[in-house]
Amino acid sequence: MTLLVDTRTPDPKKFIKGATGDWEIVIGMEVHAQVTSEAKLFSGASTSFGSDPNNNVSLVDAAMPGMLPVINEECVRQAIKTGLGLKAEINLKSVFDRKNYFYPDLPQGYQISQFKQPIVGEGIIHLDMKSGEQVEVGVERLHLEQDAGKSLHDQHPTMSFVDLNRSGVALMEIVSKPDIRCADEAKAYLTKLRTILRYLGTCDGNMDQGSMRADVNVSVRKPGGEFGTRCEIKNVNSIRFVGQAIEYEARRQIGILEDGGEIDQETRLFDSVKGETRSMRSKEEAHDYRYFPDPDLLPLEFTQALVDEMAADLPELPDEKKARYIKDFGLTPYDADILVAERVSCDFFEEVAKGRDAKLAANWVINDTFGRLNKEGLDVTSSPISSEQLGKIIDLIKAGTISGKIAKDLFEIVWTEGGDPAQIVEDRGMKQVTDLGAIEGIVDEILANNTDKAEQAKEKPGMLGWFVGQVMKASKGKANPQAVSDMLKAKIGLE
Amino acid sequence: MTDLTKLTIAEARDKLAARDFTATELTESYLGAIESGNEALNAYIAVTGDIAREQAKASDAKIAAGEARPLEGIPLGIKDLYATKGVHTQACSHILDGFKPEYESTVTQNLFDDGAVMLGKLNMDEFAMGSSNETSFYGDVVNPWRRNGTETALVPGGSSGGSASAVAAHLCAAATASDTGGSIRQPAALTGTVGIKPTYGRCSRWGMVAFASSLDQAGPIGRTVRDNAILLKSMASVDAKDTTSVDAPVPNYEDFIGKSIKGMKIGIPKEYHMDGIPEEIEALWQQGIAWLKEAGAEIVEISLPHTKYALPAYYIVAPAEASSNLARYDGVRYGLRVPGNDIVEMYENTRAAGFGDEVKRRVMIGTYVLSAGYYDAYYLKAQKVRTLIKQDFDNAWADGVDAILTPTTPDAAFAPGEITDPVTMYMNDVFTVTANMAGVPGMSIPAGLNKDGLPLGLQLIGKPFDEGTLFQVGEVIEQAAGRFEPSANWWSK
Repeated sequence: MTLLVDTRTPDPKKFIKGATGDWEIVIGMEVHAQVTSEAKLFSGASTSFGSDPNNNVSLVDAAMPGMLPVINEECVRQAIKTGLGLKAEINLKSVFDRKNYFYPDLPQGYQISQFKQPIVGEGIIHLDMKSGEQVEVGVERLHLEQDAGKSLHDQHPTMSFVDLNRSGVALMEIVSKPDIRCADEAKAYLTKLRTILRYLGTCDGNMDQGSMRADVNVSVRKPGGEFGTRCEIKNVNSIRFVGQAIEYEARRQIGILEDGGEIDQETRLFDSVKGETRSMRSKEEAHDYRYFPDPDLLPLEFTQALVDEMAADLPELPDEKKARYIKDFGLTPYDADILVAERVSCDFFEEVAKGRDAKLAANWVINDTFGRLNKEGLDVTSSPISSEQLGKIIDLIKAGTISGKIAKDLFEIVWTEGGDPAQIVEDRGMKQVTDLGAIEGIVDEILANNTDKAEQAKEKPGMLGWFVGQVMKASKGKANPQAVSDMLKAKIGLE
Repeated sequence: MTDLTKLTIAEARDKLAARDFTATELTESYLGAIESGNEALNAYIAVTGDIAREQAKASDAKIAAGEARPLEGIPLGIKDLYATKGVHTQACSHILDGFKPEYESTVTQNLFDDGAVMLGKLNMDEFAMGSSNETSFYGDVVNPWRRNGTETALVPGGSSGGSASAVAAHLCAAATASDTGGSIRQPAALTGTVGIKPTYGRCSRWGMVAFASSLDQAGPIGRTVRDNAILLKSMASVDAKDTTSVDAPVPNYEDFIGKSIKGMKIGIPKEYHMDGIPEEIEALWQQGIAWLKEAGAEIVEISLPHTKYALPAYYIVAPAEASSNLARYDGVRYGLRVPGNDIVEMYENTRAAGFGDEVKRRVMIGTYVLSAGYYDAYYLKAQKVRTLIKQDFDNAWADGVDAILTPTTPDAAFAPGEITDPVTMYMNDVFTVTANMAGVPGMSIPAGLNKDGLPLGLQLIGKPFDEGTLFQVGEVIEQAAGRFEPSANWWSK
């Protein structure tokens, strides 16, 4: 264990007001992320979600006598990949330990985990807060371990049933440093971590299926003071609940301290129905896990060459992508953030933007497409309009074939009816009119009907917009606004 | 017909090939010997006559077709800690009541793939914890050897007591055994048989009920050095299912038999001259030295300075691993379950009823030495001692020593109930644990009889994966000492 170092400067905006003054929350997280892999950490059994109870169980998972664990190299590669994604130190030698305790859904009577020598050491996660503040949260370590099975207490009046499908599934436990100072940062940390894992393809991040769960360590202190005694809130399974649990727990602890009490170091559970945390077990009841190196497994060793090879194959991660969008495409940090939040989002964006005006593409992707998807409760993967169709609409705008206004109508048609945008424009006569002869007739007619306004416009050039609007209206939006504007200027006698 | 059970494996193999008799006849001879002798010895806790007859029949077909495999038709006893598909596999513990695995251990599968016949499952100390075979749930095993002129029952040693007794009494041609601190070599010494604990990683542990994972190794007990060589060749293999098994070539160990040991350097560790060891043992050791010298070996005194720490360190490491390995016997999925009012009570009831005293003692020792606050003082320190013991051996090899000669045990077989103090019992392992702690191979060869006419063994310790040298030197001792058989067959009905 490294020494606890306070890396943050107390920020009054994050303080909680108590009866005796301000309090600061200190938060550290332990996230259990299920490794995306076909097979379990030490057996060949399947990891598929939703199978019938005890269908994905090998002799090893059931801890039959004489069975031995064999490391699944795919899980090791996933852990290395994740470590690289967290800009962390990769340990070429790590050790699996046994964590001993009795529980019916823990068949071996111990969990194989990594205690003193984890596969991944210190790393870092950058958070871009909505306020514009940049926060760096240190990663203490990442280690590989087995998941336990599941006890079912509601299937029989007096007995519990055990489902070992999850028993032995590979988890990465990612431990942060106590660098988080408020619920929003904690939520941002989890969100960012999930984004990174999904980019890497090392964990699907589906918290509702239990693929990602968080243990949240919360303590409070007077701003900038000594770290307080912490409580660990176990197994919180949604980002929203993490926020709620922290808010509740911080207030609970402040209440105790302000009443002159002391915080008991304990493990607590978050009740999402009541929105409160409650005691699960105290420090005195804590297990003595009797960790020792698993004698069935040799130390886990691999070469720097493997790490280098994997580093070279690493996909572009959200931070780098965001920087590139801002630098190369001139996107705002806000737009870039929206795009990089999900890999599927930026994949969609990049397909649309490829070979096109990236800024225009970003507008259409974020405002029109994502806005509409949000409204209809859809996600990008089920978008009625494809990146290819959207790209074609943008091409039509850029070629001057349709105006921006018509493009909105075209988007609506493609969204609801589908089809090839160019063909739709052709078939439905939506093309923009750039033929000066055709526009001139309309311009002349409008000017003739509004001679007084034309006179005024000579003095007040701002009135030009009114004329452009009239022409556009008369042309049913098909006239090229730039051509209309140029012609009006010439005819009215403005520059 | 002569008694086929008198034959060594090598002899039986040749005679089967020459069609002097059939594998079925050989198997029937052994089944008959078990039928008449096992009641007195309690070596087998399950006899698998149907399987044996079927395998023998298949062997006869192979022999007839001229496709005999290395162990074709050789009847073996299998220690109860090897998982044998559909057959009693309980490591002689009550807690595994009724357990019959759906899988076959790698070692027994290797043997069957080479044509071996399984006669049944052999008694042992519960979970291989013991040096006298008195901790088995299935009762004591009796040594076929008796002190001259007495009828007092003696222990066969342990934990592979059933294996040793059955081999010595000709209730099988040879047996599988396992060795964590001496469980092959000590019973071999106490029954006048030959047993080898190979290098750690030589045989797969997959399908062997675990006692102490970093020390457990499979090995054979047989009546001759050559028979051990034949068996180990079949038992040894690298196994993808056991990542501690080692991918090193398995030589034809029989090729080492009969090779001269002229010029070989044999180390005699001075630290193995221990206080309180009977003079007979010391004399036997000197005899062994003389034999090897006569055969042309160079005898050198060596020092293994950390020897005295080996036994205490072993009794920390082995129970620590055992306490964790035995956690799976919780009454939830298989074996014994004694109900309780809640899960904790069920655990307590099941484990209280399911484990014997020695197992409980070691689980408690192991739990203690791994506990917070004690880990560094005990477990970690013991692991450091282990590294030093290994270095002692490495230094000897670096000095050109080819093998090390020591006594196998501090004394001959004793009577059941004679040793009641656990620590005195643990002293039985004093010469053998070092090989387990260092992971090196060790073999016991019967070398003489004590004043009561009981067999005594000498131990050879070798370099990692150099079992061949042990067979080579071991056979020289065997030739010089002659073979030892109980003076009378009192056990057959």
